[in-house]
Amino acid sequence: MRYLPESDPEPRHQVYEVPYSDTGSVLEALQYIKDELDPTLSFRWSCRMAICGSCGMNINGVPRLACRTFLREYFPGPVRIDALAHFPVERDLVISAADFISKLESIKPYIIPRVERSVAEGEYLQTPLELEKFNQFTKCINCMLCYAACPQYGIDPAFLGPGVIALAHRYNADSRDGAAEERMGQLHAEEGLWSCTAVGYCSEVCPKDVDPANAVNQNKMASALDYFIRFVKPGEKS
Amino acid sequence: MNVRRPYVRRMEPGWWWNNAFLLRYMIREMTSVLVAAYAFVLLAGVFALNRGEAAYRQWLDVMASPWSVAFHGLLLAVFLYHSWSWFEIMPKTLPQIRLGGRLVPAAAITWGGLAATVACCGILLGGTLWLTR
Repeated sequence: MRYLPESDPEPRHQVYEVPYSDTGSVLEALQYIKDELDPTLSFRWSCRMAICGSCGMNINGVPRLACRTFLREYFPGPVRIDALAHFPVERDLVISAADFISKLESIKPYIIPRVERSVAEGEYLQTPLELEKFNQFTKCINCMLCYAACPQYGIDPAFLGPGVIALAHRYNADSRDGAAEERMGQLHAEEGLWSCTAVGYCSEVCPKDVDPANAVNQNKMASALDYFIRFVKPGEKS
Repeated sequence: MNVRRPYVRRMEPGWWWNNAFLLRYMIREMTSVLVAAYAFVLLAGVFALNRGEAAYRQWLDVMASPWSVAFHGLLLAVFLYHSWSWFEIMPKTLPQIRLGGRLVPAAAITWGGLAATVACCGILLGGTLWLTR
């Protein structure tokens, strides 16, 4: 997909032929195009090993990281590459992540200690079992593939979305953290957990097996319980 | 010169059609319409019962017609898929469950839920047959 904001009224598709190799990734194919065929092509990338989360794009309609998607899966082609779905396109395959970043900031994605400890008091201790409660959700690399997979985010971009909710859950479920109540306010809202209709495609496309659908849906029970407790005992906290 | 002009793409009406995962999701959602429709069929039976024996027998006759039997066959298939699809995502709705210190795998939750449903249906059917024997 190409989109040059200075000249294109809307995105269009352009065909390039790239050399094939068994071990070649889609990212390498894009780099070949930029280096050898068309230097005007824009796309984001950095680490080439599925940890920076920069090269997310829709490859044959599926949100994937270009660096861990190989041409051999599509041989003999063609491979259709679009900018990550549901996000505004800045240029070619570069999307605007502003909405995701502001939502991420809004849920305070860091540990707010339950009990503040001074350096002299030493580290915050945690058992392996306590770690396991949230460990999978720490694997998120903010690649936003789950947002491109989520039809609810596509329909209503006000939805907080799978990745941010998974990260909110990551900190809420951390035994060292004490700010769950602050974060739950946002999660209780319609644009929070309740915009999710359990499609589950977010977890399917996640390159790090974070399983955001699990983070969202297991919190629905806590959210519903909180609602009923407030209903029965107004002013009381669950 | 600032040439920033972010382009917002609209979702195509058939966004779920070309993706097997999303297609399965939409089938799951659409089967719920037939599940709701069947609730109305049963509700019609309750109303017929209220109106008296003749009305109830008429409703039973409609239920026994070949069209109705075919409709029930279709509904059975729809209900089976509907139940399966929800039990399939049940593990996504639950926090980690541990039994004897070990994590219960997702498949065990799905099949456990299905087994519980089959057992409940069995008890209901057995109880009904026993009561009306």
